[in-house]
Amino acid sequence: MDETSIISVEDLRRRYGKVGAGGFDAVRGVSFSVRRGELFAVLGTNGAGKTSTLEVLEGLALPTSGAVRVLGHDPYHSRRLVRPRVGIMLQDGGLPPDLTVNETARMWAGTLTSARPVEEALDLVDLRHRAKVTVNQLSGGERRRLDLAMALIGRPEILFLDEPTAGLDPESRQRTWRLVRDLLGSGTTVVLTTHYLQEAEELADRLAILHQGRIVRAGTPAEVTASQPAQVSFTLTADPPDPVPDLPGALGVDRAFGPGGSKMIVRTRDLQRTLGALLAWAGSRGLVLADLNARSASLEEAFLAVADAAGDRADPEVAA
Amino acid sequence: MNLATLTKDIHSAPTAPSGFVRRIGSLARAEALLLRRNPMALINALAIPVAMVVFLVTVEAGDSAGGSGRGPAVVTTLTAVSLLAVVYMGLVTALVARREELVLKRLRTGELYDAEIIAGTAAPAVAVAWGQMLVGVLAAFTVFGMGLPTNPVLVLVAIVLGTAVFVLFAVVTTAVTRTVEMAQVTATPGYAVPVLFSGLLFPLDLLPEPLQRVAPLMPMTPVVDLMHLGLTGRTPDGDTVGLGASFAPAAGPVLVLVAWVVVAGWAARRWFRWEPRR
Repeated sequence: MDETSIISVEDLRRRYGKVGAGGFDAVRGVSFSVRRGELFAVLGTNGAGKTSTLEVLEGLALPTSGAVRVLGHDPYHSRRLVRPRVGIMLQDGGLPPDLTVNETARMWAGTLTSARPVEEALDLVDLRHRAKVTVNQLSGGERRRLDLAMALIGRPEILFLDEPTAGLDPESRQRTWRLVRDLLGSGTTVVLTTHYLQEAEELADRLAILHQGRIVRAGTPAEVTASQPAQVSFTLTADPPDPVPDLPGALGVDRAFGPGGSKMIVRTRDLQRTLGALLAWAGSRGLVLADLNARSASLEEAFLAVADAAGDRADPEVAA
Repeated sequence: MNLATLTKDIHSAPTAPSGFVRRIGSLARAEALLLRRNPMALINALAIPVAMVVFLVTVEAGDSAGGSGRGPAVVTTLTAVSLLAVVYMGLVTALVARREELVLKRLRTGELYDAEIIAGTAAPAVAVAWGQMLVGVLAAFTVFGMGLPTNPVLVLVAIVLGTAVFVLFAVVTTAVTRTVEMAQVTATPGYAVPVLFSGLLFPLDLLPEPLQRVAPLMPMTPVVDLMHLGLTGRTPDGDTVGLGASFAPAAGPVLVLVAWVVVAGWAARRWFRWEPRR
């Protein structure tokens, strides 16, 4: 194990149901490690195996095979040693509806070895003003924030967040991101699953994209998106004197006719050179490139490309 | 968790020995608040046992001349009814509700041990049941003029082991109970069978011969036998003994209860689910 890695996962497999046909392999040989102090994001479509993987790291489930170490221990069998140092936020709340926010947090704090004051935890997620409200009166977003507060009460070294911002409005999501960044700044390690690719792009130091129980891409967000072409888009309001030339580095040009003229999309492996040539061409002919937009590939594009490509591959194990 | 990992965890435990008391206490406080805020559970826990005892005592008073024999009968009946209505029924309902609300799953993400989660959830119901038994004992002394018990240790053993058996029965029953509403149906055998064989509703002599032989092996019968033995010195065979001679006839019922704890504990580990079935 790498000295700086705080979590290591080697050839993790999880199988549900019967042995042989009829069972289902949710995780099929996943390996990765998480370094101390980083945010590691696990992405994937529904059923990709994100939660099944996370449950093993959290010590909630045993793997079918493979080795998992968290803080140097087996998280399932050495629960006593690992749990006081980690905070876990599950996908579904599991908060009794008839307790107040304060009572819920207090109950949880009472079960932990070194708990923050409840007020401090509620302040972190901006819920202190709702302390006397029962959980069934909270909005979905408020419940999610209470969940997060409870995961933070024990001052965890590692925080497991399973879709922490699902159902949050944009403002609460931003606030949660700020809080997660603050926690990273103070040295907390975070493992996060999310549907929101922008979330991973904003927060992740490194990420892995899971598809059908396997890691299909891994690396920093920049490394993962680098595999996808960048694009330049613009609208030509009038027909140019000569057609758009072959641009250096460009992979292809798509053209669509719309009400404001024809919209052009150029895909490229070398954004700077392609864009430079395009601007030189337009400048020399006095053309206006309306709605000009040039950008590298987003994680979302990389993700969709991966999901599409992997989906096309015939996979007898899944069909079984 | 198997025994090997349990002992390994205990040996490597860095925390204070009082940790489990604090953890169970914190959960029990929250569970007590939930009990207080649930009118149905509260009625089930408080009104039903009291009503049943009043009924049984009235029936018995009509049957016989009453007198000093009624004190132990009240205590024994109240113990049995509390174990069934408050501990068993109450806990089946509470555990199923917490499981379906995903509360149990969440509790397992923290530092609580599995057994601590069960203990903390059960604690308020057990406290209510034991409180009722205590009230029954005080009532027996003051209102019914009950004499000092022959062997109080046997009374305590009956209560503690009986509580353990019915807590574990409740844990097992949740495995076949998908919703809180279903508990009314699925918990009926666990409620009815022990009480029918306990001798509380009718004398066991009325049962056919083979069933009479099975009766002492049923889970509530040894509790009732130990209560009678401890409170009045009356053995299951009908003799009356003093303190010294009361231990030997207690061995059988105690063994039966211990056996039920082992069987129900094994079944609980085997079948109890922490999350809803999907």
